[in-house]
Amino acid sequence: MTAAANWEAGRRERAKTMLGAYPDRRSAIMPLLYLASLEYGHVTEQAMTDVAELVGVTPAQVQSVASFYTMFKREEVGKYLVSVCTSISCHLLGGDAVIDAVEDATGVERGRTGDDGTFSVERAECIGACGGAPAVQVNYETVEGLTPDKAKALVKWLADSQPEVVLADEMQQLFGGVRSFDWGPLESEGPVAAVPAFGPFGSAKEGR
Amino acid sequence: MTDRILTVRMEAHPSDSHTIDRYVKTGGYKALRKALKKMKPEAVAAEVNASNIRGRGGAGFPMGVKWGFLGAAEPRYLVVNCDESEPGTFNDRQLVERDPHQLLEGIAISSYALGISRAFIYVRGEYARGARRLQRAIDEAKEAGYLGEDILSSGFSLDVTIHLGGGAYICGEETALLNSLEGRRGEPRLKPPFPAIAGLYAKPTIVNNVESISNVPWITLNGGLAYADIGPDRSAGTKMLSISGHINKPGNHEIVMGMTWRELIYDIGGGIRDGNELKAWIPGGASSPWFVPDKHLDTRVELDEVGANGSMIGAGAVVVMDETTNVVAAAHSIVRFFAHESCGQCTPCREGTSWMEDILARIMDGRGRPEDIDLLMDVSDNISPGLSWPPAMTTICPLGPSATAPVASIVRYFRDEIEAMMPNKEAANA
Repeated sequence: MTAAANWEAGRRERAKTMLGAYPDRRSAIMPLLYLASLEYGHVTEQAMTDVAELVGVTPAQVQSVASFYTMFKREEVGKYLVSVCTSISCHLLGGDAVIDAVEDATGVERGRTGDDGTFSVERAECIGACGGAPAVQVNYETVEGLTPDKAKALVKWLADSQPEVVLADEMQQLFGGVRSFDWGPLESEGPVAAVPAFGPFGSAKEGR
Repeated sequence: MTDRILTVRMEAHPSDSHTIDRYVKTGGYKALRKALKKMKPEAVAAEVNASNIRGRGGAGFPMGVKWGFLGAAEPRYLVVNCDESEPGTFNDRQLVERDPHQLLEGIAISSYALGISRAFIYVRGEYARGARRLQRAIDEAKEAGYLGEDILSSGFSLDVTIHLGGGAYICGEETALLNSLEGRRGEPRLKPPFPAIAGLYAKPTIVNNVESISNVPWITLNGGLAYADIGPDRSAGTKMLSISGHINKPGNHEIVMGMTWRELIYDIGGGIRDGNELKAWIPGGASSPWFVPDKHLDTRVELDEVGANGSMIGAGAVVVMDETTNVVAAAHSIVRFFAHESCGQCTPCREGTSWMEDILARIMDGRGRPEDIDLLMDVSDNISPGLSWPPAMTTICPLGPSATAPVASIVRYFRDEIEAMMPNKEAANA
């Protein structure tokens, strides 16, 4: 009987599927860490212990993995994680001013989470949106062609409307500009937390 | 002569190029049918070899040769590298979001050719949208019988699994990627053994980039020789270049190599924003040494010629910088990236990248020291002795040497600008 037995039922099922999805159970550590982030809000000590028990390795081995990757958040993360790219193309087109604007609008310094838990702000390394620089991600959904003012408006909109599901297309239509390429049809799926919105994790939900 | 292969469908059908209906209506999965019904696996591999396609992920290694190294032990794996994270690069993102079935068909044909029944697509965690599109495409393809058990009643079966990364550039290095896929820290492995002999779970594994594999359906349908006929001899086929920075038409442009950089930047890219002067450009992503107009504008966009000129096309990211660019700040942004993404295994990279980041930061802040330019070059030389091209390495993988590219470039071409940022000596003495 592991602590993961207390996870929400759907997540227990997903965990089982993940463990069976690879030739070696250890490969499930990363997807399970995303799943555990949804269960606990971030990768807590308990989350790592649960994953270790599920996989059959030690908690230290899971920690060695969790600590390597920037997307496994081992401290509390806000409802909206705003990741501002300042790698070369975004740097050249004003990404540094965008992150200043986001700090200003959220009142949260990069690398931190605000006291009310609404926003976390971080500097991101290249998010693959260079043709639409400067770009940001909110819960790993991309908005391209921002300016400092539009970034501030995006933050205000998130704070005011508090969407349960973050939709890239909605943010892009409201606040975005130049895109790296034509994104094609609008999508109605997005993340429910600061975990990439991907079906197998149960982190993707239909939005408005 | 064909001048575009990968982006034809998405441009003609922007509203639904990612769906199986549109894919099949525009000739999709015909190549897979041809391979399974009419060709032996080795005949498919022979076409890929004859195409002369060189890996599109950065190293430019001939794909057919790589396939030829695959060991005989069972099981064998195909791993598709969609960890695209090189600053400046976003072509794989477009390929998986806009034409995922093209990639899946390439995966199915490649797996058949290589005797593989298990494939993984390693998608960087920040590409959740692309991962969703790919997952839907996998489900559609299974439903239609193009993936899964006994594909098109041929007896060939293939299972494809998406593995989401965790935000680590280094996982684009193929052995780091394999460690990550095994549920470990994304630290590159010492080679040999190469993945083709001992890769995923120590079994024979082929790791290919998204763009490389996306070309396989066309090659299968039209023949390797037809592909080899496109473009210059040693740069066969088309290449998707991601153009960004101070350029009028940023975006992915699928081109036939062989044109000059002048044509690429001014014709394809529409020239420099605001009519400004071109100052420098990065020809192949953050890892590549910079080019400058005086020396390189009329050289050709071609793998070996760029290599002979001391840089690389890499994964195809062209970052354009105009006259307003502060080159020290630009180099600092790139070096900070590498310092952040260093896995920490090798001392020259772990320590050297952070040192260079600190030195560049103090020069930007007006706190540079007289010896700093020499110090930058000394640190660079310790990571990549001689600063030659291709770079010599004191490290397991090329990440550390990559971080020296922007530093050596600004010292080589813009030394006067760095010196101008140093505090005025007399003022300091006063």
